[in-house]
Amino acid sequence: MSNNLLELSDKHALSVDRLTVAFPHGDRLLIALQGATLEIKRGELVCIVGASGSGKSTLLNVLAGLDRPSAGRAHVHGRVALMFQEAALLPWLTAAANVELALELRGVRGSHRRELARELLRRVHLTGFERRRPHELSGGMKQRVALARALAQDADVLLMDEPFGALDAITRDLLHEELERIWAESGLTILFVTHNAREAVRLGDRVLVFTSRPGRVGHEVKVDLPRPRHLDSPDLAVIAGRITDRLKQEMTIHGD
Amino acid sequence: MATELAAKLEVVPAAETEAAPRRLPLAGIWSSLWPKLAAILLGLTAWQLIVWSGWKPDYVLPGPLPVLQRLTQDLTNPDFDLGIGVTLRRALLGYAIAVAIGSVVGILIARVRLLRKAVGSAILGLQSMPSIAWFPLAILLFGLNETAIFFVVILGAAPAIAGGLLNGVDHVQPLLIRVGRVMGARGLLLYRFVILPAALPSFAGGLKQGWAFAWRSLMAGEIIGIVGHQLSIGQQIQFARDFADTEQLLAIIVVIFVIGVAIDGLFGVFDAAIRRRWGLGGEA
Repeated sequence: MSNNLLELSDKHALSVDRLTVAFPHGDRLLIALQGATLEIKRGELVCIVGASGSGKSTLLNVLAGLDRPSAGRAHVHGRVALMFQEAALLPWLTAAANVELALELRGVRGSHRRELARELLRRVHLTGFERRRPHELSGGMKQRVALARALAQDADVLLMDEPFGALDAITRDLLHEELERIWAESGLTILFVTHNAREAVRLGDRVLVFTSRPGRVGHEVKVDLPRPRHLDSPDLAVIAGRITDRLKQEMTIHGD
Repeated sequence: MATELAAKLEVVPAAETEAAPRRLPLAGIWSSLWPKLAAILLGLTAWQLIVWSGWKPDYVLPGPLPVLQRLTQDLTNPDFDLGIGVTLRRALLGYAIAVAIGSVVGILIARVRLLRKAVGSAILGLQSMPSIAWFPLAILLFGLNETAIFFVVILGAAPAIAGGLLNGVDHVQPLLIRVGRVMGARGLLLYRFVILPAALPSFAGGLKQGWAFAWRSLMAGEIIGIVGHQLSIGQQIQFARDFADTEQLLAIIVVIFVIGVAIDGLFGVFDAAIRRRWGLGGEA
C-alpha cells in the first residue's frame, strides 16, 4: 500500500501505519506483525480474518495500549474499549457491578452509575439479571455483560477479539444481530477480529484478510450486501467462500 | 422476536440454578452438626474407656466427667475467666498487628521487584519456622513481658499472611489484569479494583493459617514464659502441672480446643462466603 497514511483526516477513527510488533521468544524474536497498514473510518464496522498466528490479536492489543509497537505507528482517535474471546468479567462482582466499575473508572459520578448500568444491561437484553454473578450466567449472557461493560467505557472505537468464538451457533447469531443494532444506534467504530470468514462477511462493511507469520493486511474485500444480512444467505456464502480460499492459499504458502 | 428467543433460550441455565432444591436452614445446620457431635461423643467414650481400663490411676488420668465438672467450676471462677480474657486479648491484638504487618509486607513484596528477589524466599522460610524458637531471643531483647510474647505471635503469623497475599497477587488471571487496564485502571486503581479482590481467596487462606500460627505461638510463649502476674491460659496450664492437677490441665486443654474450633469455624464461614461469591468450588 502506497498511500500516505500519516495524513490523518477527521474521518478516520483509527490508523495503523507500517506497524511491526516483535516479541522475544527464547533467544529469538517472534515477529507477530510486520508492516501492517490499515485505516478505518468513523462509524465503520471492519472485520479482520486471518489464520492463527497472523497477529490479529496483537494488533488489537497495540491499539488498546496493552502492547507496544516495535516499529511504525498505531493511532486511535478517541477512547478505546476491548472485548476478548472470554468475557473476563470480574467474578466477585454482579453483572451490574461489573458495568458500574467501567463507569466508575471512566469517572461517572456515583449517583448516575446504577441507573446507567441498568440502562446498558437493558440494551443488551439483560434486564432482570443485574444482580447475577458471572458464574450464574451462560456463556452468551456473560458476553452480553462484557459488551455492556465495553459500551460503558463510552469509547469511540470498540475492538473485539473473537468475542463470539466460544459460543454456540444460535447464541452467536443472536449476538450478531444485537451487535449490529447497537452499532447502528450508537455510531461506534468497530474493529472485529475473527477466524470465521462467514462471521466477518455477516458483520463487516469491509473484511481485511491478514497474511500469516508475520501478519499484515493481504487483501481487502468490500461487502456490499444490504443489512441485515443472514449468515446462511447464498450471497454471503459466496463472498465468505472467496475469503476462505484466500486464507487457505495463505496457509499453504506458509506451509502451515 | 429473535431477541425474545434469546431471552428464552438463555434463561435456561439460570432457571436451573433457581430450581435446585432448597432445604430448610435448620435441617442444613443439623446435617453438618450431627457428625461433629458423634465424633465428640466417640472421643469422650474412648477417653472414658482408657480411664476404666485402669492404665493410670484416677488422679493422673481423670475421666471426662470429673474434668467437665471441674471445667464448669472453673468457668464460674472470675480469675479463670479473666485468664481466658488475657490470653484472648493477647491473641487478637497480636494477630491484628500481624495482619497489618503481613498485608503491608505482602503488597510491598508483590509490587517491588527488587524486594521480591531479596526477601521473597525468606518469607517462605520464615513461614515454616516455628516462631517459638525466637522466644529466648525475644526475652533477652524485650525482657520477660508481653512485648516478647507479641514478638513471637507476630513473627509466627505475619509471614503466613504475607505469603497468602503474595500468592494471591501472583496468581491473578492475566486476562483480568488486561481487562482492568483496558478500562483505565492503572497502578493503585488496578490493585484496588482488580488485583486485591482477585487475591482475596488466597489471602483468606493466609489469614486462617496465620491465625493458627499465632495461636500456637501464643500458647507456647505463655507456657514457657510466665509474663506479669496475670493468670493467662498458658500460665494456668503451667500452674496445674506444678501442682500435678491433671483435672485442671485437661479442663484448660478443653478450653483451648474449644476456642480453636470456634475461631476455625469463623474462618470457615468467611472462606465459604468468599468462595460462593467468587463462584469457586461450586462449578469448577
